[in-house]
Parts: sequence; C-alpha cells; structure tokens
Amino acid sequence: MGAVERSYGFFDVEPARSRLLSQLWDYQLTEGHISRQAIERLARDHGVSSIEIEGVASFYHFFHRPPAGKHVICLDNSIIAEFKGYDRIREAFERETGARLGSTDPSGTFGLFPTPCIGLSDQQPAALIDYYPFTHLNAIRVREIVQKLKNGASAADLCDMPQDHIRFTPANDRTIFFAPYVAGEALTKLAGLGAEGVLEQLRISELSGRGGAFFPTWKKWKACRNYTDTPKFIVCNADEGEPGTFKDRVLLNHEPGSVLEGMIIAGFTVGAAYGLIYLRGEYRWLNARLESEIQRFRDKGLLGKNVAGIKGFDFDIRVEIGAGAYVCGEETALLESLEGKRGEPRTKWFYPVEKGYLQLPTVVNNVETFAAVARLLVMGTFEYLKRGISGSPGTKLISISGDCERPGLYEIEWGMTVSELLDHCGAEDPFYIQVSGPSGECISVQEKFRRISMLDLLAQKDIRCGGSFMIFNHSRDLVQVLMNFAQFFKHESCGVCTPCRAGNFIVQRKLERLQHGLADLNDLKELQQWGAIMKATSRCGLGKTATNSLVQALDKFHDYFDGRFVRSGNGAIRHFDIEAAVADYERYKP
Amino acid sequence: MPGCTFWIDGKSYTAEEGTNLIEAAKQNGVFIPSLCYFKHIDPPLGTCRTCTCKINGRYDPACTAFVSEGLKVEVNTPELVDMRKALIEMMFAEGNHFCPACEKSGSCDLQHMGYELGISVSRFPHLFKDRLIDYQPRRMVMEHNRCIKCGRCMAEVLTPDGNRVFSAVNRANETMVGVDYAQEARLTEEEAERAMKICPTGAIIVRGKSLAQPFGERKYDLHSIQKNYRHTLTAKPKVTNFEKKTIATVSLAGCFGCHMSMLDIDDELLDMVELVSFNKSPLTDIKQFSRRCHLGLVEGGCCNDENVETLKKFREMCDILVVMGECAVWGGLPAMRNTIPLGECLEEAYLNSMTAEAGEDKIPYHEDLPRILDRVYACNEIVKVDYTISGCPPSPNNIWKLVRSVLWGEDYSLLYSEFKYD
Repeated sequence: MGAVERSYGFFDVEPARSRLLSQLWDYQLTEGHISRQAIERLARDHGVSSIEIEGVASFYHFFHRPPAGKHVICLDNSIIAEFKGYDRIREAFERETGARLGSTDPSGTFGLFPTPCIGLSDQQPAALIDYYPFTHLNAIRVREIVQKLKNGASAADLCDMPQDHIRFTPANDRTIFFAPYVAGEALTKLAGLGAEGVLEQLRISELSGRGGAFFPTWKKWKACRNYTDTPKFIVCNADEGEPGTFKDRVLLNHEPGSVLEGMIIAGFTVGAAYGLIYLRGEYRWLNARLESEIQRFRDKGLLGKNVAGIKGFDFDIRVEIGAGAYVCGEETALLESLEGKRGEPRTKWFYPVEKGYLQLPTVVNNVETFAAVARLLVMGTFEYLKRGISGSPGTKLISISGDCERPGLYEIEWGMTVSELLDHCGAEDPFYIQVSGPSGECISVQEKFRRISMLDLLAQKDIRCGGSFMIFNHSRDLVQVLMNFAQFFKHESCGVCTPCRAGNFIVQRKLERLQHGLADLNDLKELQQWGAIMKATSRCGLGKTATNSLVQALDKFHDYFDGRFVRSGNGAIRHFDIEAAVADYERYKP
Repeated sequence: MPGCTFWIDGKSYTAEEGTNLIEAAKQNGVFIPSLCYFKHIDPPLGTCRTCTCKINGRYDPACTAFVSEGLKVEVNTPELVDMRKALIEMMFAEGNHFCPACEKSGSCDLQHMGYELGISVSRFPHLFKDRLIDYQPRRMVMEHNRCIKCGRCMAEVLTPDGNRVFSAVNRANETMVGVDYAQEARLTEEEAERAMKICPTGAIIVRGKSLAQPFGERKYDLHSIQKNYRHTLTAKPKVTNFEKKTIATVSLAGCFGCHMSMLDIDDELLDMVELVSFNKSPLTDIKQFSRRCHLGLVEGGCCNDENVETLKKFREMCDILVVMGECAVWGGLPAMRNTIPLGECLEEAYLNSMTAEAGEDKIPYHEDLPRILDRVYACNEIVKVDYTISGCPPSPNNIWKLVRSVLWGEDYSLLYSEFKYD
C-alpha cells in the first residue's frame, strides 16, 4: 500500500486510515472479494481489530465478503429500471450466466447482484459489469455481452459510454452551466475579489446548497472561514445516490473543470489547501475523466503550489471512491466514510464547518454547487441575477426519467412550472411525479401548475427540487412504486438508530399487506402515524425523510387507495387468510 | 461553568450551563428514559433515540443536547410519551425477545423501560427475523436475537491495548454486533463479565455466569426507578348497580399457566364467584357457548386452524375480548418457531429427532387433526382485541383487577412489581 500513499505526497496530512476504502477496492478488484486474509492483513497494518475492518467492508455493498465471481454484474433495481424491464434483463442475465440473482454461478465466473439506482435512469435498463456501465440493455445484448465476456473480452472494452442527454438549456444563451468554458477563467477573478469579495458575490446571488438542503453557500463558507483550526478541507459530495438523480454524473463528465474550479475557489475563500472529491462507487467509470482533468489543472498550474499565480495559495484535489452506500450522501456519513470508517452519520454535536473531516473545519458541498460558483464568478452577479425569479435567482439542473419521450438532463430557470417542464420532456399521460427522489416530494399531476423554485415560505409553497423528476403515467402501480422505495430505504439504512433500522423494515412489511390486498383503513392510518414517529426520532435525514413519499401519497391519492384495502364487516375482524396460513402444512397431506 | 435556568414542561430548573440535558434533568428529579446514554461515554452514542424530546421546538434526543440559559424542553407531552413507547415497542418487534426464557430477565434495561412506560403490547408486527446465536467466542455467547444495537459494548469493551472486541458489521436491518474472536479471547474473566453487565439486554452472555443472581432479587424485579410512580389500589371493589356478569375463558396455543394464575387470587375467589359466572371455559368444562358473554379471556396465540376458529367464535360471542399472557399478546414461547420454516420444524420433530421411532417416520396429518399454521399468530393479528394483559404468566392480581375494572368501570392501575413480561 506504500505505492498508494506515495503518489499523494501533497496529502500526507491525512492519516493512513483514510486510505482504507481505496485499499479495500484494490482487494475487491484484484481478488474479486475481500478475503479473510485481506481483512487480517489490513487489521494488522492499521493496528486495529479485524472485526473493525470487517465492519467497514461489510457496510458497503460493492465490497463482497464471499467470492463474487470473476465478473461482477450489478443490476440496477430502481423503480425506473423496474418499469423499463428489469425483470426481463434479470432473467436474461440468469439464463446466460447461470448465476441466480444475489449469487455467483457454480464455476465462479459471474456474480449477479441487485443494486440501487446507479445514476443512469435516463438510459434504463442498465447495469454495471465490473463497475463499467452498460445501458439500454435487452435480452439479445445481454447474451452478446455475456458471450464476449466468456470469450475473454473485458468489460472496460465492451461498455457503453453513457450519453449526457442534455435535453434543454434556457433559451437565448441564458444557460449558466453549459456556456462555453475556459479553464481557469473563474480563478482569474480571485485575486481581485479576495475572500470577502467571493462571499459577497455568493450572498448577493443567493446561491444555496444544490444537494437538496438549500443552505446558503456564503453562510457555510463564511462560518468555515471564521474557524481557526488548520488544516481545513473542501469536500465535493459526488455521492449522488438519490434514485432518479444523475445531474452530477453529467456535470462531472461534461463540465469537470467548473467543479474543480468551484472547489479551488472554496479553498481560497475559507483558507483550505486540500480538496477531496467523494465519488460514488457507481461512478467509478468517471474517475479516469476526473483524474485526467485534475492532471490537466496541475499541468496548467491551476492546482498545486501558488494556484493560478496567487502567491501562497496551495491547493490540490484528490478523488476518493465510495463503495455503494446511499447514506454516504449525508455529509457527516460521507466524512466518516472518507476517514475509512463505516458510513454512519454522526450525532449533530458539531457542524462540519467546525469539526468535519478528521474533526477539522470542512466545507462539504454538492457537485452542482461548486460548478455554479465557478460559473457565477465568470458571469458576475449582475448577469446571474437576471436568471430565475426574484427570491430564487439562477438555474437548476434536473434529471428527468420515467414515462416521457426525452429523459435526460434539463437546465431550467427557477420559476418554471411543473406543467412546462412536463411539456418540454414530452411526458406521456403523467399521473404522479416523484420530485427529488424517494426521500423528496410526491406530487399529483393535478398540482402541475405549481412552480419549481427555492421559495419555501408558507405563503408561497413552491416545489424545491433537489435534482430529480421521476414521471409515472396512469398505468403505473403506485403501490409498486412505494414498495420499491420502502425496500430501498430498508436496504440503505445505516442501521445505527432504531427508528430508521427497524422502522423501515416494519413499514415495508406493512406495505406487503397493502400489496397483497390485506390492509384495512386502520393500516393506512398506522402507516401515517409511524411515518411521523420515524420523522421525529431518526438520527439523520435518511430516516427522517424515508416515509415522506408514502405519507404524502396516502394523503394525495385517496381515490387510488380506497380501492386497495379491505373493508371487513364492522371492522371487528381483520382479514386473515386461513388457507394461506395452512398452505405449508397441507404439503404433508398424504 | 455558570449556572443557568432552563425549562422542562413549563417548570423552571437550574443546572450548570453546558450540562448534558439528561444529566441536568436527572439532577432536578426529572426522568428522561434512555437506553444508550451513559455519562462516561463521550460523545454520546445517540442510537436508541428513546430520549427524544422537543428542545426549543425541535424534536431532538436529550442525550446530545446541552442545557443553556432559557432552553425550553418538552419531555412528558402525550405525543412524546407515545413516541418513546413506540421506539421501545419497535425494539421488541425487531428483535426476538422471549423474556420468559431469557437469562437477563429482571436485570434487562429494555424490559425495564417497557415496564416504566407501561407497554403491554407492541403496536408493530413482530418481524421474526431469523438471527444468529454465536457460540464461537471463548467465554461468551452472543445472542443476536436480543441485541438492540445500542453500541455500548462497541464503545466500552476494549482490550488493554485499546483494540475493539465488538464492532457493528453489515448494514440496515442486517446490522449486527460482531465479536472479534481473537480479541475476545484476550479478555479476562472479569472483563467478560463486565461486558455482560453493561449490555442493556441479554445479548452478551458469559458462559456459566448468567444466572448468578436469582430471579426476584434482580435490579428491575420489584421497584421502579421513578419516584412517585406507584399507585395505590383500593383493597375491595366498590360495587354499586350490581349485576352478575358472564365470562368465558379458553386456552389456545398456551400452557394453561395463565389459567392457573387466574386461580391464584386466593380468597378473592370468594368475591369473584359472587360477581361473575363462567360460561364456556375449561374451569366449568362447558364446551360450547350457551349464551353471549360480557367478557372473553383468551390465553395463548394461534398455532393451528382450530385456534383460529375458537378465537373468532370468542370474538363473535363476547362483548369485550381480553387476551392474557405473552403468547396471546404477541405469540410468546410458541412463536420461537416463527423464525424457522414450518417444514424444518416438523421434520426435526417427527423425522430427524433422536426419539423418532424406526418405521414411525411420518408427519401426522389427519382430517380430525387441526391443521398447523405457517407460523404462530398473535390474537390481534386475527381478531380485534380490546385489552391486553402482559406476563408469563400475568400476575393473578393483574388479571383480576383488569376484569373488575373492565366490567364495572373501576380504576385500573398496577403496581410496578405486578407488571411483568416473565
């Protein structure tokens, strides 16, 4: 592992433990799993119990303890994939490889595993094979791919480079993110503005966190700037795990320079020298693109010592790759993961700006936020404020998927209505739209005249979109959607706190009753009450928001649910299916 | 640190500024339930969430809050009390907690919290997930069925050189506390016993040491830790408007222990026969309902279709349906089979067991025999239940008090020592 450390001389400030995820990746990629010997060796090297290493390895679903096969196939099982033919593709893979879902084939050549959204909702059905993307799958392609792999081809050569699908940008060159890009242009403004100047620009532009929390960026940076502990860190949250979201994927592929520049600007503003990009494991294939852009920046003097000619301003960036855990998008869980630990959210004693990565002041922002900062400095606040609406200036990147003609990335000016957006993407008979992913908001097509903006005041309840828009038409089964979400949360809870770990499991069981037509009105009421309990008592956003869509759907789609539950007599006797309950025993009938 | 004034449920208290809220409340005699907060663990674990309060208007756990001047805390609003109960109920539903068969019963923090909050039944369906019992450690048995993942052992049990003995492994509902066998073997006998002691439930059991303290003398056997929590009872029922009521009783998938307990009310039996008469019941040997009854008392859950039929009949023929004992409430001991498929149970019992006779290798099935259900069901999964009495068996007083209060509207309250799961 010496080799790994030496190549990042600049980052010697970090302890060896911060390399643990990379080391586990090395074992996963070279040996196909994390063996007992690997765990023992890592435990010895890091001077900890082997159970602690095992705890970390078993937390991330891309790290396999039992051998996962020579070729690891991770099939996207998000709701969009389900509606676009997940079952057929799963069957095709099972047939062609001989591996059952969740295991390897007897020869150990292929391992087939379900995985939550891999950020390719605009090109489903999709899978990662050996962590390379394969999109628009069908049974014939699956057969070809498996054949070629059997014949010794590598997934890296066979894979599809996912299309960016940038479908819409504001007319008349009002785009913010996709205007012509000149590397380093934003950095030329730094010397003139100074740190306070940058903060002022951010304040005027009302830029706020684009991961979905919409916390004012200038406040976060200013707070971090005011803490005196050093060193400080800039962390780019590229763990875009919310199902249905892929805007960061497009940005990292199309505009990586803007993202890097945003991080450099943050470093300059708060006085940090180290930038870390936490790239989700599902986007491992984007790493080469990022690394080459970082190298290009170094070559041009935009990273390293005296960045962009600013004396005494040293800044460098490295990429750390996650390994499959939705919860690591939560900023404190992400920091834990960067430190080489289980990605468990911290208790909220301190904000990361005070005690973040390695308990040092840290700015954590979303990919889109950093890109927006770089673009903002180039165009200036005067131009920036012309976009969007009063109180919510600027544009927003939205990933659209589901039942529409043109799934892909849409850059809209804040203030566009849902209806306009549905027209732009060619939505087909929309019934229900999931905004900002499963943890976000569930809206009925009857609300299509609501605006999309950052305004969230009581009088002006606009839709705050974190970045995804999943459209479902009238033929889609709402309960199937909610069940998919429930299974997702059950699987992705980090397991630390009771309400999220047990609650999501319990909610999923309850939904099974609904799906099987066994629920009564009381069950629906209980789901709403239990959702409220999870919201109030969970440790982090995951548990707090896990039942959002469910509770809203029960509220907004009365008519739909009315037909789904049993009305049994006077309500005294619950539905109990005696024949189903004795079915197991009936097998012993002579 | 200077003192400060803070508010709990509208009353003002003082404590040193920056004191942990649970500590500060305790100093002032206010009880905030918690399972994972310990003064010496810093930062607090914040895992069980039982201490959730409303702090300056926001839901937050008290264990991660400090008091400051003017802090406003709500602790005992009906909503928060219910939330806290819900969290404890979730733990009961998530694990497989068979109190009557647990070595830690009486010294168990989870059980204790259930008593303090008066939980007689979990509102959540028991999940009956099959969990491991790990016999591999040298001194310990790790009973994952009982673990609530509070994280206390992970934080506190370390080897002399600071290595962890316990660590969380896996994720989500598969999360469990793994044991490092090599490190565990290095613990001294005392350290291992300490690990058992700090576990709030019976998840960590040290071989040969688990029953050192007799039942009845254990920490939570008889007394609540909350002062002013006990209620006194009127010794004799004050019965006006007297009308003799009819009761029916039955034992389904139970052991008749609850019925035995019912007979244990001693001289009150004499009062009872003045007040009630029995219809269908093993006590009278009346097999069929001959009239509609005021109250039905059901012992045991449902393990076969005859149980289901009888239970439904009870619901139909009784105005009020009371279920008594752990088996009726949530499945109890018979539900130990719920984590294992039925086929495996039957084959183990009839085909593969040591006592199976040669040539008798057949699983009984006959039209005269009740058909066995895929798992044991609690009564409330099948019919609507009006009242539940916990305990294995419930204390005689508990049963009799409930019956009197339900039938004649008397005050119903239990002594802490009468409220039991075992």
